[in-house]
Amino acid sequence: MIRVEEVSKSFGGIQAVNRCSFSIGRGSITGLIGPNGAGKTTLFNIVAGVIAPDSGRILLDEEDVTGLPPNRLFHKGLVRTFQIPHELSRMTVRENLMVVPPGQSGEQLFSALFAWGRVRREEEEVRHRVEDVLDFLQLGHVADELAGNLSGGQKKLLELGRTMMTDARVVLLDEPGAGVNRTLLGKLAESIQRLNRERGYTFCVIEHDMDLIARLCDPIVVMAQGSVIAEGSMEDIRRNDYVREAYLGGQVPAGGARP
Amino acid sequence: MEAYLVFFLTLAGIYAVLALALNLQWGLTGLFNFGISGFFAVGAYTAAILTTNPSPNHLGGFGLPFLVGAGAAMVAAGILAFAIGLVTIRLRTDYLAIATIGIAEIVRLVFMNEAWIGYGVRGIPGIPRPFSPDPVVFLGVVAVLLLLVFLALERLRRSPWGRVLRAIRENETASLAAGKNVLRFRLEAFVLGSMFMGLAGSLYAHFVGFISPEAFDPLYGTFLIWVMLIAGGSGNNKGALLGAFAIWVVWSGSEFLTGMLPPGLSTQASAVRILLIGLLLQVILLWRPEGLLKEERPALEKTRKK
Repeated sequence: MIRVEEVSKSFGGIQAVNRCSFSIGRGSITGLIGPNGAGKTTLFNIVAGVIAPDSGRILLDEEDVTGLPPNRLFHKGLVRTFQIPHELSRMTVRENLMVVPPGQSGEQLFSALFAWGRVRREEEEVRHRVEDVLDFLQLGHVADELAGNLSGGQKKLLELGRTMMTDARVVLLDEPGAGVNRTLLGKLAESIQRLNRERGYTFCVIEHDMDLIARLCDPIVVMAQGSVIAEGSMEDIRRNDYVREAYLGGQVPAGGARP
Repeated sequence: MEAYLVFFLTLAGIYAVLALALNLQWGLTGLFNFGISGFFAVGAYTAAILTTNPSPNHLGGFGLPFLVGAGAAMVAAGILAFAIGLVTIRLRTDYLAIATIGIAEIVRLVFMNEAWIGYGVRGIPGIPRPFSPDPVVFLGVVAVLLLLVFLALERLRRSPWGRVLRAIRENETASLAAGKNVLRFRLEAFVLGSMFMGLAGSLYAHFVGFISPEAFDPLYGTFLIWVMLIAGGSGNNKGALLGAFAIWVVWSGSEFLTGMLPPGLSTQASAVRILLIGLLLQVILLWRPEGLLKEERPALEKTRKK
């Protein structure tokens, strides 16, 4: 589905990502883990089109999409969520979702002014889709609340909800579990699995919560110091000495800390 | 007194058009246009040149009808905004503010120094009022146009287009991630808002009958409109209307009062008026940071209607 080929990126003297290659299989929930500073977020931002790589390619269904801006990638079916929720605070939860669907004719200035009937019909459709998403995420009771007033966990759900308003094929989740309490976390994991099963979304998840990773992801890609050091199922990863040394419970190796 | 009331209402109406236009740019989209006076001036000069009788002192005039002049004023201001927008719309809010201040000053200086356009500081006199010289008729014209601008902007605000603008205002990164072509929307809002500012300029020219660069001082042309919008309620079109009228009451009311002072004092008092407006803005921002009227929530209204 997505292939990352030999991608590198440096910021000044720091080689954040160094010739990384891995792939995200269609229909998988691929986990991307690694200690802080491993380059996960940089790699993620490169795939999501926020920053351009120095070298290497990103392929989406064999199409080279390297360096396309996020709004173009969105229309190719690749969407993302943010680690720190990017909710539209002074808009209601409902509006946060309604703004997402692509191809709304009312977003054309001319139609917005003059094609009122058509715009209204489309709005009704979008409204129905929003109801479904709100039900799915159990956010119905806060639908008309300003998004800025939601709790941290609810904002995370809203992030996920926005991806459900798209025709996404691949969803990149940046730490969906960070700052979410246990109960809500279960709900979040369940939602992700359901979207994967029922809607066929492919997911790529960055996460520090190992329980969540173990529960959701297969395969798992491990990064350390800008490179991919292992790839495989949770079992493979757990058995991998190098990974254990770099990350899981082990001490950071002597050369691991950045100067 | 009645004459004064008509005068007052007409100017307030023209300011209301400006405040509504700024609300589209700042209130909905978060575009920091600090060069309102530039677009206002371009609109005024375009209308003046097109509708006055031929004169050796300035370009034209061409003696064309009012509506042609008003339309051309919108187009001219729109073209200027488009040209500026192509270059500056990528800038973050504060940088856009600086760029637009500069552009408004350039516009004013061009009209001041390029005397062939508008006779420099001596200005263009004899700009006719449409239909009838009666100020009451012209008040009607302003009222009708103000209503049209208000209805159009209200419709746009409630439309999906307006929703995207607000999304961009709230979070540009998230809007990009939702597939929106942020630059296109920002440019559209900037151009459309500036076109309405041009329209306001044409109304001003026809109302006063005489324009010179002095009239497009940033104080009157820009600062006062920002105060109106912020006081009335940024993001809310009714707030923009309310703010325009309320601040105009204070502004022209204080002029009325200082006019009654002895001559020596009244010049000093005019400086105090500016201070007064600034003070009023502070008070509003402290007590009602969202302005007199809060931003409305379209989704709520619709569910209530059902």
